[in-house]
Amino acid sequence: MLSDTFDRNRMPLRQKFREIHWFLILLLTAIAGFGFVMLYSAAGGSLEPWASRQMARFAVGVAVLVAIAVTDIRIWFKYAYAFYAVALVFLVLVEVAGRIGMGAQRWLSFWIFNFQPSELMKVSLLLALAHYFHGGSAEDVRRPLFLFIPVAMVAVPVGLVLRQPDLGTAVMLMLAAAALFFLAGVRIWKFVAVGLVAVAAVPITWQLLRGYQRQRVLSFLDPDKDPLGSGYHIIQAKIALGSGGVLGKGFLQGTQGHLSFLPEKQTDFIFTMLAEELGMLGGLALLALYGLVLLYGYAIAFSSRNHFGRLLAMGITCMFFLYVFINIAMVMGLIPVVGVPLPLVSYGGTAMMAVMIAFGLLLSVHVHRDVIMGRRGGPDSF
Amino acid sequence: MLRDAERQKLFTRRMALLAGGKLALFSLLAGRMYYLQVLESDRYKTLADENRINLRLLPPPRGRIVDRYGAPLAVNERNFRVLVTPEQAGDLEATLHAIGKIVPVSEETSRRILREARRRRSFVPLTVRENLEWEDVARIEVNAPDLPGVMIDVGQTRRYLYPAETAHVLGYVAAVSERELTGDPLLELPGFRVGKSGVEKIHDLALRGTGGSSQVEVNAFGRVIRELARKEGQPGGEVRLTIDLELQKSVAKRLGDESASAVVLDVHTGEVLTLVSTPAYDPNAFNRGLSGEEWRNLNRDSLAPLVNKAITGLYAPGSTFKIAVALAALERGVVTPGQRVHCPGFLELGDARFHCWRKRGHGWVDLHTGISRSCDVYFYELARRLGVDRISQMANRLGLGVTHDLDLPGERAGLMPTRKWKLEATGVPWQGGETLIAGVGQGYILSTPLQLAIMTARLVNGGLAVTPRLTRELRVGFSEEIERRESTEPFKSLGLNPLHVELVRAATDAVVNEPGGTAYAARIAKRGFEMGGKTGTTQVRRISKAEREQGLKKSHELPWIERDHALFVGYAPVAAPRYAAAVVVEHGGGGGAVAAPIVRDILLLTQERGRRGDGVLRTAGRAGLTPSALNDAPLPGRTAPSGTGG
Repeated sequence: MLSDTFDRNRMPLRQKFREIHWFLILLLTAIAGFGFVMLYSAAGGSLEPWASRQMARFAVGVAVLVAIAVTDIRIWFKYAYAFYAVALVFLVLVEVAGRIGMGAQRWLSFWIFNFQPSELMKVSLLLALAHYFHGGSAEDVRRPLFLFIPVAMVAVPVGLVLRQPDLGTAVMLMLAAAALFFLAGVRIWKFVAVGLVAVAAVPITWQLLRGYQRQRVLSFLDPDKDPLGSGYHIIQAKIALGSGGVLGKGFLQGTQGHLSFLPEKQTDFIFTMLAEELGMLGGLALLALYGLVLLYGYAIAFSSRNHFGRLLAMGITCMFFLYVFINIAMVMGLIPVVGVPLPLVSYGGTAMMAVMIAFGLLLSVHVHRDVIMGRRGGPDSF
Repeated sequence: MLRDAERQKLFTRRMALLAGGKLALFSLLAGRMYYLQVLESDRYKTLADENRINLRLLPPPRGRIVDRYGAPLAVNERNFRVLVTPEQAGDLEATLHAIGKIVPVSEETSRRILREARRRRSFVPLTVRENLEWEDVARIEVNAPDLPGVMIDVGQTRRYLYPAETAHVLGYVAAVSERELTGDPLLELPGFRVGKSGVEKIHDLALRGTGGSSQVEVNAFGRVIRELARKEGQPGGEVRLTIDLELQKSVAKRLGDESASAVVLDVHTGEVLTLVSTPAYDPNAFNRGLSGEEWRNLNRDSLAPLVNKAITGLYAPGSTFKIAVALAALERGVVTPGQRVHCPGFLELGDARFHCWRKRGHGWVDLHTGISRSCDVYFYELARRLGVDRISQMANRLGLGVTHDLDLPGERAGLMPTRKWKLEATGVPWQGGETLIAGVGQGYILSTPLQLAIMTARLVNGGLAVTPRLTRELRVGFSEEIERRESTEPFKSLGLNPLHVELVRAATDAVVNEPGGTAYAARIAKRGFEMGGKTGTTQVRRISKAEREQGLKKSHELPWIERDHALFVGYAPVAAPRYAAAVVVEHGGGGGAVAAPIVRDILLLTQERGRRGDGVLRTAGRAGLTPSALNDAPLPGRTAPSGTGG
């Protein structure tokens, strides 16, 4: 399948290692470092039970990342649909045999570890969509029929994830997919049309929402109405964050988090704890690091010479952005509470692994940026 | 390639668009951070502190109440409680069972605790038993290893050391009622007690002290993490009463099971040495909390144990009132001391016949014998000459029919009728016969035992308007600051002619000390301790003509509720009066036979205690201001002057 005539399409492993964007990995480590520090604080100044395990996971994650980065992008292209299919099977399996945790059926138990197939689906969907649009010309994308398959590719997992129910992941999948559709060149009026339909569907969706999901939306709209009920999380998060001030209360000196007023302080709400102890400066520093990572994501997408790589890099960057934005906006009371972790910082194994896999793919795009692929993945023969 | 270039161009353009969007959204996050952490920061800092800082009130210990010598009457007792913390106990039911083997724990208590344990947070200790004996405490402590989560806690409860003797003076404390909430957060503490009656109520604020506070940091579940700051409160002040505990106890014992009351005053200072009302209730039971049944029984009791009869009991003063009538007549000049009135046993006014208590009459009676023999006809005549208004006016001057701001709630004024009052109150004009009845202290006239004691004191202290006092001093907290409750000015004179006062006083001397006096049998034989006084026997029902003709029944033949009230007002020593006493025994019978002996015993004891050489009973600090300084150490053997009026 691969042509031997193009040198740039073949690279010795040593060179690939040299091509890996080590500074980006350093950035990721810095971000994860914020996480370790906050998990250490959340445990009351102890590595146990969170920080040490998070560190171990990150170490494994870096290894996985590097392994994925040096793997030829054409392999990823080739097996994109296969990964998608596997992820889909797992999602169905969750439906049938998943473990119920925290009120939702999201987990699959393997011998020694549990994981969330929905996290796998996020990456797989990006791969599959990038693959699909790689094969379509600008004209193809304008044809509505051409869009039928990718829309279905998005709709099926979104439907399955919604059934779990996991609103946060469903929204992430849809928004990330929308970003890819947009980048692939789908006309803007189509987004407008879909948006209008979505607005029209709000009353119907409202009917379909679970009680707790409705509560979350309602308490977002007016958190003070039920301060000890579902509005509690938002109010306490804002209190913790606001009381931190510019410089924060100092490392390990936070009160709201340590006194358990903060919910889920080591997972979804870890940013509030960070902002309470390290202040606005700490929060902005983390935000800047995320910004830098995004910037490098853009640079990688821009410099890729194949459409698959461009789309994949942008998809991953957008997904990453969505994680960060939704999580931070949520804890600051800008959007309703949806269960989205802060990537690399929140405690959690599957999410960490999913992010590392995604960045592995991003770096793979970077390493193989000069690989030229034809419509079906081979060397471009136009 | 061309197509791909086109695709790439589109891609790059849209990438830029997305980048712009992301930048905008990240700016939004930064802006929100600025808003929350800079602009609104102070508000959230306050909220954060409110979240975690809990103010806990530390109730101050209630001040003690002591008698005039400092003997404690009301104290705080350590209250040992067994508490159990469900979280530490593990199997709560088993733990309760284990406690039950050491101190009895009722089924009801067990159920209550199990119920509360489900409702409350598991680290909140629950009270199993209160008021434990020291032995039980020791046994629980010894078994502590087998009683996980069980601890002994020391609280404080009010304890009245002499409940039967001092209940009506001290009153009691009980849980705060909804109406009593004033905004003082102390009152909202669970288990806090406030004075509900008596001295406990009047001096509640002084006794209460001020609460301290402890700032504690709590976590989201309310568990205390640590104490941040502590402000000690001010313990309640000590109240020193004028009451002499030993005298109070003796008087209460002397009154026994009767429905009666007694008051002993220092005639110069107005200090109330004794104020007893029997029967009493148990104020400790009120603190503990009464059951509905207990409360109903107390209220239904015909002997009215809840009522302080000495200040709220209204009685017709009967013949003791003749002191006021005699003084009014002398002051108004309607009679001279020597002028005689004939008593054939009755007086006729219009169609009506007004009887003297002595059916065969007293013959010719002057002021001295009128009082000493308590001739009703003599006083019918004086009253007829005076008219009711002038009688009531004098009675008011002597302290009857008015309140005296005693440090006890519920003091009643009684009633000294006037013609105007009757017309306004009943719409019927005053009748002449009613004036005669008033002359012997019956009819509309009502007074309290305290007022009768005051009248007596004013008669024998040289005609000074002495007022009663129950509080000697208030000591604020543990400090040296003492608020003395003594009037610094001498009491004002009533403006009575000293000769008239002495005439009446001498006649009351004769009541007890002259053969033929109505209380001669109750005289104090001990030289230098002699008392004077006036008897009173008041009917509680109307005696019909038919009954009178059949011959009056003896007191013990009547049902208790129909028997006469027995009254006596007395003072001692006659040579230099120092103490005044009033006793009313409800349905006791004759004043001379029943009440006078009680006053005799009381006044004898009072004098003995006052002369025991410790001198504390003397009114130090007032020397030179009143005649009391001269009279402070009456010489033994000094003879009492005999009556001079007749």
